[in-house]
Amino acid sequence: MRALIPRCWLLRERSVGKSCRTSIVLNHLYTRYSLATRGSGRGWLLVGFTVATFVGFLSSAPVAQAQDSTIRAVQNIFNPLSAPAETLYSVSILVMVVCAVIFLIVGGLLTYAIIRYRRRGPEDDHEEPPQVYGSAAIELAWTVPPILIVVMLVLVTARTIGEIEHHQMPAAAEEIRIIGHRFWWEVRYPKHDVVTANEIHVPLSSRTNRVPTEMVLESADVIHGFWVPQLNGKTMLVPNYRNTMWIEPYATGIYLGNCTVLCGQQHANMLIRVIVDTPDVYQKWLETQKAKPVSDPQTEEGRKQFVASSCGTCHTIQGTPGANGVFAPDLTHFASRATLGSGVAPNDEQNLRSWLKDPQTLKPGCLMPDMQLSDNQVNAILAYLRTLK
Amino acid sequence: MSTDLLATAETEWRLPSPRKVGLTLVILTESSLFTIFVVAYLFYLGKSLNGPYPWEVLEFPWLGSFFLFSSSGTVVVAEHRLKKGDKAGFELWWLITALLGLGFLIYTGAEWQHLIYHDGLTLSTNLFGSTFYSLVGLHASHVVVGLLLLTLILVASVTGNIQPRHHEHIEMISWYWHFVDGIWAVVVTVVYIIGMQH
Amino acid sequence: MADPATLKEIGTELRPAPPGHEHGSLTAWIQDLIFTVDHKKLGFLYLGAGWMFFVLGGILALGIRTQIAVPNNHFMDAEAFNQAFTMHGTTMIFFFAMLMVFGLANYIVPLQIGARDMAFPRLNAFSFWATFFGGIFLFLSYIFGPGLYGMGAAPDASWFALAPLTSRAFSPGNNIDFWSLGLLVSGVGSITGGVNVMVTIFCYRTRGMTLYRMPLFTWLVLVTMFLVVMFMPPLSAAQIMLVLERFFGAKFFEAQAGGSPVLWQHFFWIFGHPEVYILVLPAFGVISEVVPVFSRKPIFGYPMMVAATVMIGFISAGVWAHHMFTIGMDSFSVTFFAFATFVIAIPTGIKIFNWLGTMFGGKIRFEIPMLFAIAFLFQFLIAGLTGIMLGCAPFDWQLNDSYFVIAHFHYVIVGGIVFGVFSGFYYWYPKATGRMLNKRLGLWNFWIFTIGFHLTFDPQHFLGILGMPRRIYTYQEGRGWEFFNMISTIGAFVQAVGAILFIVNMIYSARKGQVAGDDPWDAWTLEWMTSSPPPEYNFEQLPEVRSRRPLWDLKHPEDPDWKFE
Ligand code: HEA
Ligand code: HEA
Ligand code: CUA
Ligand SMILES: [Cu+2]
Repeated sequence: MRALIPRCWLLRERSVGKSCRTSIVLNHLYTRYSLATRGSGRGWLLVGFTVATFVGFLSSAPVAQAQDSTIRAVQNIFNPLSAPAETLYSVSILVMVVCAVIFLIVGGLLTYAIIRYRRRGPEDDHEEPPQVYGSAAIELAWTVPPILIVVMLVLVTARTIGEIEHHQMPAAAEEIRIIGHRFWWEVRYPKHDVVTANEIHVPLSSRTNRVPTEMVLESADVIHGFWVPQLNGKTMLVPNYRNTMWIEPYATGIYLGNCTVLCGQQHANMLIRVIVDTPDVYQKWLETQKAKPVSDPQTEEGRKQFVASSCGTCHTIQGTPGANGVFAPDLTHFASRATLGSGVAPNDEQNLRSWLKDPQTLKPGCLMPDMQLSDNQVNAILAYLRTLK
Repeated sequence: MSTDLLATAETEWRLPSPRKVGLTLVILTESSLFTIFVVAYLFYLGKSLNGPYPWEVLEFPWLGSFFLFSSSGTVVVAEHRLKKGDKAGFELWWLITALLGLGFLIYTGAEWQHLIYHDGLTLSTNLFGSTFYSLVGLHASHVVVGLLLLTLILVASVTGNIQPRHHEHIEMISWYWHFVDGIWAVVVTVVYIIGMQH
Repeated sequence: MADPATLKEIGTELRPAPPGHEHGSLTAWIQDLIFTVDHKKLGFLYLGAGWMFFVLGGILALGIRTQIAVPNNHFMDAEAFNQAFTMHGTTMIFFFAMLMVFGLANYIVPLQIGARDMAFPRLNAFSFWATFFGGIFLFLSYIFGPGLYGMGAAPDASWFALAPLTSRAFSPGNNIDFWSLGLLVSGVGSITGGVNVMVTIFCYRTRGMTLYRMPLFTWLVLVTMFLVVMFMPPLSAAQIMLVLERFFGAKFFEAQAGGSPVLWQHFFWIFGHPEVYILVLPAFGVISEVVPVFSRKPIFGYPMMVAATVMIGFISAGVWAHHMFTIGMDSFSVTFFAFATFVIAIPTGIKIFNWLGTMFGGKIRFEIPMLFAIAFLFQFLIAGLTGIMLGCAPFDWQLNDSYFVIAHFHYVIVGGIVFGVFSGFYYWYPKATGRMLNKRLGLWNFWIFTIGFHLTFDPQHFLGILGMPRRIYTYQEGRGWEFFNMISTIGAFVQAVGAILFIVNMIYSARKGQVAGDDPWDAWTLEWMTSSPPPEYNFEQLPEVRSRRPLWDLKHPEDPDWKFE
């Protein structure tokens, strides 16, 4: 059974950052090209692409003023848009350059040896080359440089680790708790007692007045991994442990990420959306999230059905008696989210209907069972959920 | 190839005994295996969510340790007797060793029985139970194997199949037995002396 | 090189045939293989079984690649995919690479040290059959595991069986048990095998072959087996705990009981990292034999090579947590393990440079084994350097569990180990069968597999950099991953062709290959002194070994090595 996810919905109407553009364009080209000339092997074009993207990586710079609707789908670790990610980026480049140089030198020597000392035809077989057994001097000569390089690398690494892990948070820092569940993210804002899921709103920071966000990462079941490359490296969410990590985004937009640790069948669809808002937009968002949804009579039926069909045993909806479960995402402001099932599909009527009929269609293997709802029930509940702005 | 090159000069050529090298390696591997169980036990000390806890239920295994450690001595005596060609003496001391080993097993059995039926500590009770029984059990299983070897040799010897020239076989078994003892020394320190603090 | 005439008569007088064929009928042959305790036949069994598992694991890999070739693909569902990569990883590591290690060790080591057989032939047979049954048992899960519609279900918690995903709560049914029990059995086989090889090397060297004169392949196998003996048990221990937990309700890693999933990872990687050197050291060994012979020079800096190997062996015991940089260790441990990881680069570098030094000033013959060896050198160099990038913890916080890691270790494992194994096969096949592997097929095999290899794994570096996590059975369009995944998949199929060519070549040449003679490469170690294939008892008579290249001494009485060592 095919999932109802529309082709390329991530790419629909949006402005994208420079680096994204390179790769997006590339992929559009590629997608078209592969559709157009399926089967015909014109490899050189592909090679062209590869080079293009790679150049794309390195020549890409952060984009300061992007629209809020910008979907940062291409999470290039070499295009950091957040303080810690930038630190990681700079040390990464250093290490990469060091390795590249080593490769050029050693690879060059190899190539030289292969060409210079190749067998030049049968006459070479008559006598063996001079038998050299080794040379302490030479051995020493090529043991010392690596040692020096290693020392250098260790120092740089140690410094960066300290920088990231022992970082002083300013008072203004926002603080959120992220709890990994199979296969969705519970998001809590202890300062504002707001609870939501899967779509993580954080305030925009700037180099002048910093508003970093500290994340406390925990797990409710198995190990998960939180990774949004442009914001920071990844950190695992381990049951019985309490990890922390911080981000400090310099550009607004919607950042996509993934769960990185195998956590079961839908590991692949445990997607992350971090939405970076300008402080005022962020405040507004917090307000709406704090507000209890007003129950309007038209959807009263759906609300009844929601509780009656025991959706409430797993889901919480603030102000709805009988809907206070904790095993599944909090739906209090469900309609204010852009996606379903932690990012598998856009949160529109069509997908929501399919989800209510049988979640296993959109997200096969997710832990929400098929509730065997009748069409009327589905319609009622659907209408109700879509009012939960 | 000219034969003069194949002719082997009279430099002497000695190589270690396969049995000794082999057993040494087996002991290395086994130690590595035990290490992990020891680490697990130490790591989980005081981390159990529910009792019984070590300090509540553990008692220092004086008797068991006495049996096992002294058996290490008797096995050495037996060995010497065999070297001297005194087969009767060998068999006597060998028998004592086996009995001491048996004593240890009986002691452990009693201890476990008390833990299970009196203190209600089983493999699945808590982290302590799991790590305790797996570590001590692994050691006990080695004692069992040792005991089998001891009896085997004893039988062989009584039926006259062990001669002083089999000295190396005997020595190997005593090595193994010393190893089992050494492990017990570690187990006692870790499980009881350190464990009982938690 | 001996002249063709002599080659011919040697050939006719030898009747090269796969082992056991002397016994005539096929049943007799099979029976012989099953009951044999001869190290050469067991070597064949190890290698044969190894390639069988390689094909199985490879087919799984093709499945994986097909599924993620395009976004939102429906070739496999999530369950099948998780099983596919778990089985792929487990099979390839434990039942392809390990069997190659033991197969080569079994066949070559006794010949190189001039021994008649392994120290404990029956134990040797036991080791093989234990390992083999472990592998078969693992694959039986596809049939007997509890699956939808009785389809069977293979282990699906990744090749390092992440706790607590493996606990009953999250993995009901018994497919995880197939993983733990299968690997326990084969683990016992590996440990006994390791002991056996080490004892053989220590106690059965021919007169005059001091440790200091042993061929480098034997030396590296020795260190490898030491790692096996020391670092297989941690895995077995962890698996015993897992079994106790799943069958008898013990509490070890279960989070609900306060257990620590982190401890499992420590236990696994204490084994896991030494394991990767267990796999690569024999490949180093092959290269250390092939490079000198085809450069016509002795290995450069033998003592340093040995020292470096031993150093790698020891250091590799202290770097395991570089697989856990993102699990939330305190910054001191992170720094320490990053440091230890970097240090490994030094002895490894020494090896690379010594191979270089050996080629310098030589007369390099580009026979097939040398081609694979040269490709190995380049690919391992790159792989090692990406390893260094991963070793830099801050960089790893980005790259961990991404496709960059997949690229790194396939570069080492396929670009290193598989190429090393190919090289070894082209080098020793004549000794083992009495016939050369076909050179034209060999060239096709080499070029197609190499091209396929780079098509598959080079793009995966970019995927990692673009944030593609590993172990995902599907992804959405527009993440910038489509293009590289497609290339990678194409590459995998090209590799398949290369691999098939290799299999074909082995089968074809066993019958039709040109007769090799005792010493087709004009090499210097003892195995080339006896006939090809060697007789049951390996050697009629052996010279006293006076140097590291006994055959050189025989061939060049005017300037033997022992004058210079
Ligand atoms: C044969 C197997 C093999 C080998 C030899 C190596 C070799 C190395 N590996 Fe690799 N590795 C794996 C197999 C291997 N690895 C596997 C299977 C995994 C993943 C498991 C999984 O997660 O599924 C892995 C994962 C892995 C990780 C964890 C990544 C992650 O999961 O986040 C790291 C991190 O440090 C790492 C590092 C290294 C390093 C530093 C080396 C070094 O040994 C490399 C040393 C070599 C060189 C550096 C090149 C030559 C040296 C010179 C030319 C000298 C000059 C150079 C310098 C001074 C830098 N490896
Ligand atoms: C020795 C180790 C080894 C080897 C050789 C390989 C070889 C290959 N691997 Fe493997 N791989 C691992 C060890 C290895 N791998 C490990 C440990 C993992 C991690 C698992 C985990 O995450 O838990 C992994 C994971 C892994 C992944 C990531 C899966 C994921 O995270 O989602 C991928 C994806 O591309 C992959 C691909 C390949 C490919 C294309 C090959 C190719 O080189 C394969 C080439 C061989 C063939 C294609 C077979 C050729 C033969 C035939 C086709 C037979 C034809 C029929 C007859 C002749 C009868 N591997
Ligand atoms: Cu959660 Cu993977
Ligand atoms: Cu490692």
